[in-house]
Amino acid sequence: MMSERTPDPGSSAQKQQTRPNAARARMWRNLGSLRASTGNVLVAVLLAALGVAVVAQVRTTQEEGLVGLRQADLIQLLDDVTTRADNLEAEIIELEAVRADLLDDDSEAAGEAAQQRLDSYRILAGTAGATGPGVLIRVDDPDQVLAADDIMAMVQELRDAGAEAIQIGDVRVVTSTWFADDDSGALLVSGASVDAPYEIRAIGDAHTLSGAMAIPGGFNDVVRRSGGTVAIETPGSVVVDALHEPAEPRYAHPVPGDDD
Amino acid sequence: MIPIIGLIAGVTAGLLMQPSVPGWLTPYLPIAVIAALDAVFGGVRAGLEGIFNDRVFVVSFLSNVLVAALIVFLGNQLGVGGQLATGVVVVLGLRIFSNVAAIRRHLFGA
Repeated sequence: MMSERTPDPGSSAQKQQTRPNAARARMWRNLGSLRASTGNVLVAVLLAALGVAVVAQVRTTQEEGLVGLRQADLIQLLDDVTTRADNLEAEIIELEAVRADLLDDDSEAAGEAAQQRLDSYRILAGTAGATGPGVLIRVDDPDQVLAADDIMAMVQELRDAGAEAIQIGDVRVVTSTWFADDDSGALLVSGASVDAPYEIRAIGDAHTLSGAMAIPGGFNDVVRRSGGTVAIETPGSVVVDALHEPAEPRYAHPVPGDDD
Repeated sequence: MIPIIGLIAGVTAGLLMQPSVPGWLTPYLPIAVIAALDAVFGGVRAGLEGIFNDRVFVVSFLSNVLVAALIVFLGNQLGVGGQLATGVVVVLGLRIFSNVAAIRRHLFGA
Protein backbone atom coordinates (compact mmCIF):
# COMPACT_ATOMS: atom_id res chain seq x y z
CA MET A 1 0.00 0.00 0.00
CA MET A 2 1.53 3.29 -1.03
CA SER A 3 0.88 6.39 0.94
CA GLU A 4 0.89 9.67 -0.88
CA ARG A 5 2.83 11.69 1.57
CA THR A 6 4.61 14.55 -0.23
CA PRO A 7 6.87 16.55 2.09
CA ASP A 8 6.08 20.20 1.60
CA PRO A 9 9.15 22.29 0.73
CA GLY A 10 9.64 25.97 1.40
CA SER A 11 8.65 28.41 4.11
CA SER A 12 5.23 28.38 5.63
CA ALA A 13 4.40 31.67 3.93
CA GLN A 14 5.13 30.17 0.55
CA LYS A 15 3.17 27.13 1.60
CA GLN A 16 0.22 29.40 2.42
CA GLN A 17 0.33 31.05 -0.97
CA THR A 18 0.78 27.93 -3.05
CA ARG A 19 -1.58 25.78 -1.03
CA PRO A 20 -4.62 26.14 -3.27
CA ASN A 21 -2.54 25.62 -6.38
CA ALA A 22 -0.71 22.66 -4.88
CA ALA A 23 -3.98 21.13 -3.72
CA ARG A 24 -5.59 21.59 -7.08
CA ALA A 25 -2.57 20.20 -8.87
CA ARG A 26 -2.62 17.19 -6.60
CA MET A 27 -6.32 16.73 -7.27
CA TRP A 28 -5.88 16.75 -11.04
CA ARG A 29 -2.93 14.40 -10.78
CA ASN A 30 -4.92 11.92 -8.73
CA LEU A 31 -7.92 12.12 -10.97
CA GLY A 32 -5.81 11.49 -14.00
CA SER A 33 -3.93 8.41 -12.82
CA LEU A 34 -5.38 4.98 -13.35
CA ARG A 35 -2.85 3.21 -11.13
CA ALA A 36 -4.60 0.24 -9.56
CA SER A 37 -2.92 -0.44 -6.25
CA THR A 38 -4.52 -2.59 -3.57
CA GLY A 39 -5.40 0.45 -1.57
CA ASN A 40 -7.06 2.16 -4.51
CA VAL A 41 -9.14 -0.87 -5.36
CA LEU A 42 -10.25 -1.32 -1.76
CA VAL A 43 -11.32 2.31 -1.61
CA ALA A 44 -13.16 1.86 -4.90
CA VAL A 45 -14.99 -1.16 -3.50
CA LEU A 46 -16.04 0.76 -0.42
CA LEU A 47 -17.27 3.68 -2.49
CA ALA A 48 -19.20 1.30 -4.73
CA ALA A 49 -20.90 -0.14 -1.68
CA LEU A 50 -21.66 3.40 -0.56
CA GLY A 51 -23.19 4.20 -3.97
CA VAL A 52 -25.44 1.18 -3.83
CA ALA A 53 -26.45 1.96 -0.25
CA VAL A 54 -27.33 5.58 -1.08
CA VAL A 55 -29.49 4.59 -4.03
CA ALA A 56 -31.20 1.84 -2.02
CA GLN A 57 -31.85 4.18 0.91
CA VAL A 58 -33.29 6.90 -1.34
CA ARG A 59 -35.63 4.36 -2.93
CA THR A 60 -36.67 3.05 0.48
CA THR A 61 -37.45 6.56 1.67
CA GLN A 62 -39.57 7.24 -1.37
CA GLU A 63 -41.69 4.15 -0.92
CA GLU A 64 -41.59 4.05 2.88
CA GLY A 65 -44.24 1.84 4.37
CA LEU A 66 -44.51 0.63 7.93
CA VAL A 67 -41.19 -1.20 7.77
CA GLY A 68 -39.04 1.86 8.20
CA LEU A 69 -40.70 3.36 11.27
CA ARG A 70 -39.39 2.97 14.73
CA GLN A 71 -41.33 1.49 17.59
CA ALA A 72 -42.55 4.76 19.09
CA ASP A 73 -43.91 5.92 15.74
CA LEU A 74 -45.66 2.62 15.16
CA ILE A 75 -47.32 2.80 18.57
CA GLN A 76 -48.51 6.32 17.82
CA LEU A 77 -49.87 5.17 14.46
CA LEU A 78 -51.64 2.27 16.11
CA ASP A 79 -53.21 4.62 18.66
CA ASP A 80 -54.49 6.94 15.95
CA VAL A 81 -55.94 4.12 13.91
CA THR A 82 -57.61 2.58 16.96
CA THR A 83 -59.19 5.90 17.91
CA ARG A 84 -60.49 6.39 14.37
CA ALA A 85 -61.89 2.86 14.39
CA ASP A 86 -63.66 3.52 17.70
CA ASN A 87 -65.22 6.72 16.41
CA LEU A 88 -66.43 5.01 13.28
CA GLU A 89 -67.91 2.18 15.34
CA ALA A 90 -69.84 4.68 17.43
CA GLU A 91 -71.10 6.37 14.27
CA ILE A 92 -72.22 3.04 12.86
CA ILE A 93 -74.23 2.32 15.99
CA GLU A 94 -75.85 5.76 15.80
CA LEU A 95 -76.76 5.43 12.15
CA GLU A 96 -78.17 1.96 12.66
CA ALA A 97 -80.40 3.30 15.41
CA VAL A 98 -81.69 6.05 13.09
CA ARG A 99 -82.29 3.51 10.36
CA ALA A 100 -84.23 1.24 12.70
CA ASP A 101 -86.27 4.26 13.77
CA LEU A 102 -87.17 5.13 10.22
CA LEU A 103 -88.00 1.56 9.35
CA ASP A 104 -90.12 1.16 12.49
CA ASP A 105 -92.72 3.76 11.50
CA ASP A 106 -95.20 2.68 8.88
CA SER A 107 -93.01 3.74 6.00
CA GLU A 108 -95.85 4.52 3.65
CA ALA A 109 -97.64 6.78 6.08
CA ALA A 110 -94.39 8.55 6.88
CA GLY A 111 -93.78 9.07 3.16
CA GLU A 112 -97.23 10.44 2.58
CA ALA A 113 -97.01 12.75 5.58
CA ALA A 114 -93.69 14.04 4.32
CA GLN A 115 -95.10 14.65 0.86
CA GLN A 116 -98.08 16.52 2.29
CA ARG A 117 -95.80 18.73 4.36
CA LEU A 118 -93.69 19.40 1.31
CA ASP A 119 -96.72 20.41 -0.72
CA SER A 120 -98.05 22.81 1.89
CA TYR A 121 -94.61 24.37 2.43
CA ARG A 122 -94.30 24.83 -1.30
CA ILE A 123 -97.62 26.61 -1.52
CA LEU A 124 -96.77 28.83 1.43
CA ALA A 125 -93.34 29.63 0.04
CA GLY A 126 -94.76 30.35 -3.36
CA THR A 127 -92.57 27.88 -5.19
CA ALA A 128 -95.51 25.83 -6.41
CA GLY A 129 -98.71 26.90 -8.10
CA ALA A 130 -101.99 26.25 -6.37
CA THR A 131 -105.56 25.84 -7.40
CA GLY A 132 -108.78 25.65 -5.53
CA PRO A 133 -111.91 27.60 -4.72
CA GLY A 134 -111.40 31.30 -4.15
CA VAL A 135 -111.99 34.81 -5.40
CA LEU A 136 -110.93 36.92 -8.34
CA ILE A 137 -110.80 40.62 -7.43
CA ARG A 138 -110.51 43.25 -10.15
CA VAL A 139 -109.67 46.76 -9.02
CA ASP A 140 -109.76 49.77 -11.28
CA ASP A 141 -107.96 52.87 -9.95
CA PRO A 142 -108.04 55.49 -12.71
CA ASP A 143 -106.84 58.34 -10.49
CA GLN A 144 -104.07 56.27 -8.91
CA VAL A 145 -105.27 57.15 -5.46
CA LEU A 146 -104.88 53.73 -3.98
CA ALA A 147 -101.66 53.53 -1.98
CA ALA A 148 -99.47 50.59 -1.07
CA ASP A 149 -100.94 50.74 2.43
CA ASP A 150 -104.38 50.02 1.06
CA ILE A 151 -103.20 47.03 -0.91
CA MET A 152 -101.33 45.79 2.17
CA ALA A 153 -104.49 46.11 4.24
CA MET A 154 -106.36 44.12 1.61
CA VAL A 155 -103.82 41.33 1.75
CA GLN A 156 -104.06 41.28 5.55
CA GLU A 157 -107.84 41.08 5.30
CA LEU A 158 -107.63 38.19 2.87
CA ARG A 159 -105.19 36.35 5.11
CA ASP A 160 -107.40 36.94 8.08
CA ALA A 161 -110.23 35.41 6.07
CA GLY A 162 -108.16 32.32 5.49
CA ALA A 163 -106.64 32.91 2.06
CA GLU A 164 -103.96 30.31 1.45
CA ALA A 165 -102.43 31.57 -1.76
CA ILE A 166 -102.58 35.15 -3.06
CA GLN A 167 -101.40 36.65 -6.29
CA ILE A 168 -101.41 40.32 -7.33
CA GLY A 169 -100.99 40.80 -11.06
CA ASP A 170 -98.35 38.23 -11.71
CA VAL A 171 -96.53 38.53 -8.41
CA ARG A 172 -97.05 35.84 -5.80
CA VAL A 173 -97.69 37.17 -2.31
CA VAL A 174 -95.59 35.34 0.30
CA THR A 175 -94.30 36.14 3.77
CA SER A 176 -91.45 38.26 2.46
CA THR A 177 -93.61 40.31 0.07
CA TRP A 178 -93.60 44.08 0.64
CA PHE A 179 -95.61 46.89 -0.86
CA ALA A 180 -94.49 50.41 -1.80
CA ASP A 181 -95.41 53.29 -4.04
CA ASP A 182 -92.81 54.30 -6.55
CA ASP A 183 -92.13 57.97 -7.39
CA SER A 184 -94.91 58.17 -9.94
CA GLY A 185 -97.43 56.70 -7.50
CA ALA A 186 -97.64 53.30 -9.18
CA LEU A 187 -97.76 50.20 -7.02
CA LEU A 188 -94.61 48.20 -6.31
CA VAL A 189 -95.01 44.64 -5.04
CA SER A 190 -91.65 43.35 -3.75
CA GLY A 191 -89.98 45.73 -6.14
CA ALA A 192 -91.95 44.68 -9.24
CA SER A 193 -94.33 47.27 -10.58
CA VAL A 194 -97.92 46.20 -10.98
CA ASP A 195 -100.16 48.36 -13.10
CA ALA A 196 -103.80 49.12 -12.60
CA PRO A 197 -106.27 47.63 -13.19
CA TYR A 198 -105.07 45.23 -10.52
CA GLU A 199 -106.16 41.64 -10.72
CA ILE A 200 -105.91 39.85 -7.38
CA ARG A 201 -106.50 36.14 -7.01
CA ALA A 202 -106.88 34.40 -3.69
CA ILE A 203 -107.55 30.77 -2.92
CA GLY A 204 -109.65 29.99 0.10
CA ASP A 205 -113.27 29.78 1.09
CA ALA A 206 -114.90 31.96 -1.59
CA HIS A 207 -117.73 33.08 0.65
CA THR A 208 -115.52 34.11 3.55
CA LEU A 209 -113.06 35.88 1.29
CA SER A 210 -115.61 37.92 -0.59
CA GLY A 211 -117.34 38.67 2.67
CA ALA A 212 -114.11 40.00 4.14
CA MET A 213 -113.72 42.41 1.24
CA ALA A 214 -117.29 43.63 1.68
CA ILE A 215 -117.24 44.51 5.38
CA PRO A 216 -118.12 48.12 6.14
CA GLY A 217 -114.93 50.18 5.97
CA GLY A 218 -113.13 47.27 4.36
CA PHE A 219 -111.34 47.11 1.04
CA ASN A 220 -114.40 47.57 -1.17
CA ASP A 221 -115.31 50.77 0.65
CA VAL A 222 -111.75 52.10 0.49
CA VAL A 223 -111.62 51.61 -3.27
CA ARG A 224 -114.97 53.21 -3.89
CA ARG A 225 -114.14 56.16 -1.70
CA SER A 226 -110.95 56.65 -3.74
CA GLY A 227 -113.01 56.80 -6.90
CA GLY A 228 -112.09 53.37 -8.18
CA THR A 229 -114.17 50.35 -8.91
CA VAL A 230 -113.84 46.86 -7.48
CA ALA A 231 -115.42 43.71 -8.83
CA ILE A 232 -115.25 40.39 -7.02
CA GLU A 233 -115.90 37.13 -8.83
CA THR A 234 -116.11 33.69 -7.32
CA PRO A 235 -115.37 31.24 -10.11
CA GLY A 236 -115.46 27.57 -9.28
CA SER A 237 -111.72 27.30 -9.16
CA VAL A 238 -109.00 29.89 -9.02
CA VAL A 239 -105.50 29.24 -10.23
CA VAL A 240 -102.63 30.99 -8.54
CA ASP A 241 -99.74 30.19 -10.82
CA ALA A 242 -97.35 33.05 -10.16
CA LEU A 243 -94.23 31.69 -8.49
CA HIS A 244 -91.80 33.21 -6.04
CA GLU A 245 -88.02 32.65 -6.09
CA PRO A 246 -87.02 31.82 -2.55
CA ALA A 247 -83.81 33.39 -1.30
CA GLU A 248 -81.37 31.72 1.10
CA PRO A 249 -81.49 33.51 4.45
CA ARG A 250 -78.21 35.22 5.11
CA TYR A 251 -78.67 36.02 8.77
CA ALA A 252 -81.29 33.63 10.09
CA HIS A 253 -80.61 29.98 10.68
CA PRO A 254 -82.81 27.36 12.27
CA VAL A 255 -82.74 26.87 16.02
CA PRO A 256 -81.37 23.38 16.71
CA GLY A 257 -84.00 21.23 18.33
CA ASP A 258 -86.79 18.94 17.30
CA ASP A 259 -88.08 19.71 13.84
CA ASP A 260 -91.52 18.75 12.78
CA MET B 1 -9.48 7.90 -10.52
CA ILE B 2 -10.16 4.29 -9.60
CA PRO B 3 -12.09 5.19 -6.45
CA ILE B 4 -14.33 7.53 -8.43
CA ILE B 5 -14.95 4.83 -10.99
CA GLY B 6 -15.92 2.62 -8.08
CA LEU B 7 -18.40 5.18 -6.82
CA ILE B 8 -20.00 5.66 -10.23
CA ALA B 9 -20.14 1.89 -10.69
CA GLY B 10 -21.88 1.52 -7.35
CA VAL B 11 -24.50 4.18 -8.09
CA THR B 12 -25.17 2.74 -11.55
CA ALA B 13 -25.47 -0.77 -10.14
CA GLY B 14 -27.90 0.52 -7.54
CA LEU B 15 -30.04 2.26 -10.15
CA LEU B 16 -30.04 -0.77 -12.45
CA MET B 17 -30.47 -3.57 -9.94
CA GLN B 18 -32.84 -1.62 -7.69
CA PRO B 19 -32.02 -3.60 -4.58
CA SER B 20 -34.53 -3.54 -1.77
CA VAL B 21 -33.20 -3.04 1.72
CA PRO B 22 -33.67 -6.11 3.97
CA GLY B 23 -35.93 -5.48 6.93
CA TRP B 24 -33.36 -5.83 9.70
CA LEU B 25 -31.14 -3.25 7.96
CA THR B 26 -33.65 -0.44 7.55
CA PRO B 27 -33.13 1.39 10.86
CA TYR B 28 -29.34 1.41 10.42
CA LEU B 29 -28.87 2.22 6.79
CA PRO B 30 -29.53 5.99 6.83
CA ILE B 31 -27.15 6.66 9.70
CA ALA B 32 -24.55 4.32 8.23
CA VAL B 33 -24.71 6.16 4.93
CA ILE B 34 -24.19 9.54 6.62
CA ALA B 35 -21.27 8.14 8.60
CA ALA B 36 -19.72 6.76 5.44
CA LEU B 37 -20.19 10.14 3.74
CA ASP B 38 -18.38 11.77 6.63
CA ALA B 39 -15.43 9.39 6.11
CA VAL B 40 -15.47 10.09 2.38
CA PHE B 41 -15.33 13.84 2.81
CA GLY B 42 -12.58 13.39 5.35
CA GLY B 43 -10.70 11.33 2.80
CA VAL B 44 -11.15 13.95 0.09
CA ARG B 45 -9.84 16.63 2.41
CA ALA B 46 -6.85 14.46 3.32
CA GLY B 47 -6.19 13.94 -0.35
CA LEU B 48 -6.17 17.67 -1.02
CA GLU B 49 -3.85 18.19 1.91
CA GLY B 50 -1.50 15.53 0.59
CA ILE B 51 -1.82 13.26 3.61
CA PHE B 52 -4.24 10.70 2.21
CA ASN B 53 -3.55 7.17 3.34
CA ASP B 54 -5.52 4.23 1.94
CA ARG B 55 -5.32 2.25 5.16
CA VAL B 56 -6.49 5.23 7.23
CA PHE B 57 -9.40 5.85 4.90
CA VAL B 58 -10.60 2.23 4.88
CA VAL B 59 -10.34 1.94 8.63
CA SER B 60 -12.11 5.22 9.25
CA PHE B 61 -14.87 4.36 6.75
CA LEU B 62 -15.57 0.96 8.31
CA SER B 63 -15.27 2.15 11.88
CA ASN B 64 -17.59 5.09 11.25
CA VAL B 65 -20.24 2.82 9.79
CA LEU B 66 -19.91 0.28 12.59
CA VAL B 67 -19.99 2.87 15.36
CA ALA B 68 -22.99 4.61 13.85
CA ALA B 69 -24.87 1.31 13.59
CA LEU B 70 -23.87 0.44 17.14
CA ILE B 71 -25.12 3.76 18.46
CA VAL B 72 -28.46 3.33 16.71
CA PHE B 73 -28.80 -0.17 18.08
CA LEU B 74 -27.90 0.94 21.60
CA GLY B 75 -30.29 3.88 21.40
CA ASN B 76 -33.19 1.66 20.34
CA GLN B 77 -32.46 -0.77 23.15
CA LEU B 78 -32.28 2.01 25.71
CA GLY B 79 -35.42 3.65 24.42
CA VAL B 80 -33.78 6.89 23.29
CA GLY B 81 -33.44 5.73 19.70
CA GLY B 82 -34.93 8.83 18.11
CA GLN B 83 -32.94 11.37 20.12
CA LEU B 84 -29.67 9.49 19.86
CA ALA B 85 -30.04 9.11 16.11
CA THR B 86 -30.75 12.83 15.84
CA GLY B 87 -27.64 13.61 17.85
CA VAL B 88 -25.48 11.35 15.69
CA VAL B 89 -26.82 12.89 12.51
CA VAL B 90 -26.15 16.39 13.86
CA VAL B 91 -22.56 15.58 14.77
CA LEU B 92 -21.87 13.86 11.47
CA GLY B 93 -23.41 16.76 9.64
CA LEU B 94 -21.11 19.16 11.52
CA ARG B 95 -18.07 17.14 10.59
CA ILE B 96 -19.12 16.98 6.96
CA PHE B 97 -19.56 20.74 6.97
CA SER B 98 -16.11 21.37 8.42
CA ASN B 99 -14.51 18.95 5.96
CA VAL B 100 -16.28 20.59 3.06
CA ALA B 101 -15.14 23.99 4.29
CA ALA B 102 -11.55 22.79 4.39
CA ILE B 103 -11.89 21.33 0.90
CA ARG B 104 -13.29 24.62 -0.33
CA ARG B 105 -10.36 26.50 1.18
CA HIS B 106 -7.90 24.14 -0.44
CA LEU B 107 -9.49 24.35 -3.84
CA PHE B 108 -10.41 27.99 -4.06
CA GLY B 109 -8.27 29.50 -1.34
CA ALA B 110 -11.38 31.09 0.15
